[in-house]
Amino acid sequence: MPITALNPGQQKASGIASDGAKPAPKQLAMRYDARAKVTGTAKYAGEFRAPTDAVYAFVVQSTIPSGSIASIDQAAATKSSGVLAVITPFNAPKLPPANPQPPARRHITVLQEREIFYNGQPVAVVVARSLPEAIQAASLLRITYRQTAAKLRFRERLGEARPPKFPGREPAAQTRGDLAAAMSKGTVRVEQTYTTPYQHHNPMEPHATLAWWEGGKLNVYDSTQYIAGDCMTIARTLGIPTDNVHLECPYTGGGFGCKGSTWSHVILAAMAAKVVGKPVKLTLERPQMWGPVGGRPTTVQQIKLAATQDGKITGVQHDVIVHTSLMEDFLEPSADQTRMLYASEACATSHKMVDMNLGVATFMRAPGESTGTAALETAMDELALALKMDPVQLRLTNYAEKDPGSDKPWSSKHLRECYEQAGERFGWSKRNPQPASMREGNKLIGWGMATATYPANRSAAQALVRILTNGHAFVGCGSQDLGTGTYTIMAQTAGDTLGIDPRLVEAKLGDSTLPKAPASGGSQSAASICPAISAAAMQAKLKVAQLAINDPESPLHGAIVADISASDGRLFLSSSPGSSDSYADILSRNGGKPVEALGSTEPGEDSTAMSTHSFGAVFAEVAVDAETYMVEVRRIVATYDIGTLINDTTGINQLEGGIVWGVGFALHEESHLDETYGRYVNANLAEYHVPVNADIGKLDVTVLNIPDIKFNPLGARGIGEIGITGTAAAVGNAIFHATGKRIRNFPITLDKLMNA
Amino acid sequence: MNPFEYQRVSSTEEAIRHIGAPIGTHGAKFLGGGTNLIDLMKLDVECPSVLVDITRLELTKVEPTANGGLMVGALVRNSNLANDPHVIEKYPLLSQALLSGASPQLRNMATTGGNLLQRTRCYYFTDTAFPACNKRVPGSGCAAIQGFNRIHAILGQTDHGPTSGESCIATNPSDMNVALTALGATIHVQSAHGKRSIPIADFHRLPGSTPQLDTNLKPGELITAVELPVSRFAKNSWYLKVRDRQSYAFALVSVAIGLEMDGNTILSAGMALGGVAHKPWRSLEAEQELAGAPATRQSIEKAADLALEGAKGYEHNVFKIQLAKQSIMRALTLAARGTTAGREA
Repeated sequence: MPITALNPGQQKASGIASDGAKPAPKQLAMRYDARAKVTGTAKYAGEFRAPTDAVYAFVVQSTIPSGSIASIDQAAATKSSGVLAVITPFNAPKLPPANPQPPARRHITVLQEREIFYNGQPVAVVVARSLPEAIQAASLLRITYRQTAAKLRFRERLGEARPPKFPGREPAAQTRGDLAAAMSKGTVRVEQTYTTPYQHHNPMEPHATLAWWEGGKLNVYDSTQYIAGDCMTIARTLGIPTDNVHLECPYTGGGFGCKGSTWSHVILAAMAAKVVGKPVKLTLERPQMWGPVGGRPTTVQQIKLAATQDGKITGVQHDVIVHTSLMEDFLEPSADQTRMLYASEACATSHKMVDMNLGVATFMRAPGESTGTAALETAMDELALALKMDPVQLRLTNYAEKDPGSDKPWSSKHLRECYEQAGERFGWSKRNPQPASMREGNKLIGWGMATATYPANRSAAQALVRILTNGHAFVGCGSQDLGTGTYTIMAQTAGDTLGIDPRLVEAKLGDSTLPKAPASGGSQSAASICPAISAAAMQAKLKVAQLAINDPESPLHGAIVADISASDGRLFLSSSPGSSDSYADILSRNGGKPVEALGSTEPGEDSTAMSTHSFGAVFAEVAVDAETYMVEVRRIVATYDIGTLINDTTGINQLEGGIVWGVGFALHEESHLDETYGRYVNANLAEYHVPVNADIGKLDVTVLNIPDIKFNPLGARGIGEIGITGTAAAVGNAIFHATGKRIRNFPITLDKLMNA
Repeated sequence: MNPFEYQRVSSTEEAIRHIGAPIGTHGAKFLGGGTNLIDLMKLDVECPSVLVDITRLELTKVEPTANGGLMVGALVRNSNLANDPHVIEKYPLLSQALLSGASPQLRNMATTGGNLLQRTRCYYFTDTAFPACNKRVPGSGCAAIQGFNRIHAILGQTDHGPTSGESCIATNPSDMNVALTALGATIHVQSAHGKRSIPIADFHRLPGSTPQLDTNLKPGELITAVELPVSRFAKNSWYLKVRDRQSYAFALVSVAIGLEMDGNTILSAGMALGGVAHKPWRSLEAEQELAGAPATRQSIEKAADLALEGAKGYEHNVFKIQLAKQSIMRALTLAARGTTAGREA
């Protein structure tokens, strides 16, 4: 309990005035886990110890992209120092037939087959006393393959694109209105193709699993974004009951989507633990983060926009082709936001995929909206230029007052205010629309903007809240903290509902024995678990209130429940605030035991009647060197409409993190595939470029803080992903404004600018 | 990582005794800062059977020489060298180059001698799963020629096709080496056979027919010091590094320029390019062109063209030719304007 780490002077309570909602909760100004993080006592999956000494497993990967394993000579490896087991498709324990399915589905290869689907596929596991011994033994394996022709050249195979085999949450293709007629009405058109590269998540903490068996029961520490789903998938894959898996993950060192599913190494760790009869620790090496644990599909997106001279968009067409693996279809739905972002007479969108000999792709921060807004918001900039219209004005002209895709009303939408607020803070009104019109010495200066958007998701969740006899409280929820602030908002929400200082609330998460929570993905954790925590806290508070009402010694004796409120660890009568009793006193007089309650919530019935999205406006200033074409992002100003911001510290930080990634999306990030061998050549953090501090200028992030109480009682929508959306296009549009050069293939590297 | 023997030595003589075996795939290697060697050992690219830890040797001084130059011990850390008062005052080009490399943490570890021996970042060299790399496995071919070659060489490479056992289009990734080349440094080495000095221009190699060799260092030789000649370029020098992000990225192209000026006339020039060849690329023709020429756009452009004569690009790096030209011109302009003025630009 890091209570002592908190500085009471930092406590702040920002009031929310609008929409008649209740005042904002008292915020925990410092992260709940700040002290544990900065002192290194926060333990991650790979740092735990099992009851007995763990041994180490190393995953051996294929070095060919397509074919099958002919043989594995493991004689030398088996004899190598410290080796306990060499597990291959020829000797691995047989598992039940694979049946990838929700919630944590991803097709994984766990030594049950000899086929090779991609370069980097796990083909063996070496278990040894130490990691260096395991790695050394792995290099002694002699693996022979039967190679077959591999599908590795995406751009050359676009003609083979096909619809996804299975429908996603949204249909892959959708048409609204008469597109041909709408297109023909538009006299100003943009028709362009945009591309985005292969990307790989690479959270700071690589995937790590520690597993050991106690009879038929499996204990696992695993770095995951989804405790409940991970448990279920492990159990199902191994063919054991879910209750036989106990999984813990108190801290996740970043995830961004790649830890939302259960990948091969988790199962292989459990399998190895079974084979050697000891706890097994398996931590992926950094280069192993490219391939077997997902990534973002590469996309080719064709966009057609038609508008009348006054800027009214008549028709929109957005056709997306992404790559997919041979094992499982994963769709990056880049055109989804195009269905809802702007009003138009007609809109047609489609997604197709091309089979490739690459690892299974998966959700990566804002799957769909990150790549989709990069393309759509660049196309909008091109349309504004063609119309000789201000880019903000073009967006206002086509402002969607309701969701044009579903024809439903928004639960709450204040995007107009985002444009206004961010534009004002940026100084957009001073912009000269002429490209290449601003210069400082060798630097070409440009200003660009884009719209950000991400759906507001919410799932069923449960939480436990306990009021302790000393007046403190406990909140437990089987959620995850990816560095996002889950601990902080759990303590804060419980404290707020109970009327107990959030600094006196202990929070526990990351354990499969706790009440179930959804995946920390789709920006849904806060919006899902906080209502459950609030409901649990409310029930616990009522239980204590009932004790007081029934207690003749209590000043609240005989009161009606509805009159009882809570604050500063005390219950009091709203009608007579002088009559109060503390939680501690009530509990000590009534059995001296804690009182607890379980809260369980799910999206409201009316959630299907509304469209729930977050929005934002992003403005960027860049300086481009006129001769070397190195790009500097000097400042980003963004304002978001994300409902209530539950915690300023963690919330603004997440939005900023998303923006930083958006800058990297625009300028740096790309996994380079060798199209002969099917290996990513820059599989390390020196050459897989993401922004460093020097790449990020000033960030000015604000939120409107207007509660969306139709979405959930807290009025809070998720914030994990929206920051990356729109940012790449804003930066790209600023580069165009600086140079007059439009780069439609992300990332916008200096060679592309030089050659344009 | 292969099992290896580790020996810590306390004198130059002891180090030389222990290195014994030739510097090769399975011989002994000196361990300095370890920022490159240890990484490559983890990748199974370097597999020395003995590591001779020389970090306790007394090769950590930066001292003015009797003839007005500067002697830099082989174990001087990159951070210390970059921030040394003599270097800042007399060789700002070197300081600028060092500070543009890696990160503060790496510079705190990396040594002067180690940086001289930094190996290429060629992807096909550092990933043993690629079967063809003449530098890693002599005679195996060069996968980079038809692979992803954005960071590769445009000058001085050996290209007899991807299957040739001599082909190599790798580049030297160091920033320090580029500045040292422009400054005309001398490398002092010592072995069981005695001491010798190697001008830096002869220290690194072009791939020729033996791309497995990065340098002309002989087996058993220990770099003891780097000597800088009398400073001529303090007032007019510039290191320009062009890369994919603002920090912590290897150069796509870098240019080290030192000029001796009289008014607007260039008396003499030292110029080297990084990121374009197997060694820091020095063009004597360009330097001669600049000597005696006015610092005008015309003469600067002519020098740039001369420096890049014969450049040949590949699918992903052909842009480097134009980029290098523009970078040379920019760096020359900034250097001519003056070291301090350039810094403010």
